Amino acid sequence: MKDDNRVFKALADPTRRHLLDRLFERDGRTLTELESELEMTRFGVMKHLQVLEGAGMVVTRRSGREKLHFLNPVPIRLIHDRWIDKYTERQVSALAHLKTKLEETG
Amino acid sequence: MTTITETNLTVQVYQVFIKATPEQVWDAITKPEFTTRYFYGSELESSFEPGARYVQWAPERERVWVEGEVLESQPPRRLVHTWLSLFDDDSAQEQPSRVSWDIEPQEGGVTKLTVVHDLLEGAPKTAESVSGGWSYVLSGLKTLLETGKPLAR
Repeated sequence: MKDDNRVFKALADPTRRHLLDRLFERDGRTLTELESELEMTRFGVMKHLQVLEGAGMVVTRRSGREKLHFLNPVPIRLIHDRWIDKYTERQVSALAHLKTKLEETG
Repeated sequence: MTTITETNLTVQVYQVFIKATPEQVWDAITKPEFTTRYFYGSELESSFEPGARYVQWAPERERVWVEGEVLESQPPRRLVHTWLSLFDDDSAQEQPSRVSWDIEPQEGGVTKLTVVHDLLEGAPKTAESVSGGWSYVLSGLKTLLETGKPLAR
């Protein structure tokens, strides 16, 4: 599906995942604020934000003169409900648990 | 790990695109026969006139979960109401916050639904508890309108 593709593509980049985490920590930020936490040009950050906006994961709102970026978690929830929930049955989570245990002790 | 308590959640924005008409989305938001199927089983009761009481009942009307007042109502485009969380004793002591629903038709029979939950400065417990809840609710609303079935749990 087209919407899913956009979300997966948006998530397939470490800078964009980093931006999502920054917004998760504190929502409603300006480009300038987000830019100050990344070693990247303003233009670069803006391009990544546009991809996230295109995927619906970031929504912008005006507050006076400022354009604030908000994390919209709904597309991730939709991916979760469609793609994650279904595959996280008991056997699968038992294996994941085993992997964690082995890696902890190993 | 980042905990949610460190975050600034006084304005929360949620958005979803639904293959449905604005009228269908409005009905899903305002009619109890829909809300019971995606909003944690909660039955909504209001006349949706400005000034009217907005009540979300727990299943079987055991208690009131959310209480508010309708501030603005423009079917099928916009609904604004206050929100006081009565689902736990701590949040019941907080200040009321505000929820705005904006329904905008898009191309191709799709409707954009934006939910803004704000004025949460005086309601930190509410801010924390609704921050995961809205995604679940809106995902369920979309699924219900597009497939006719609630989300499997």
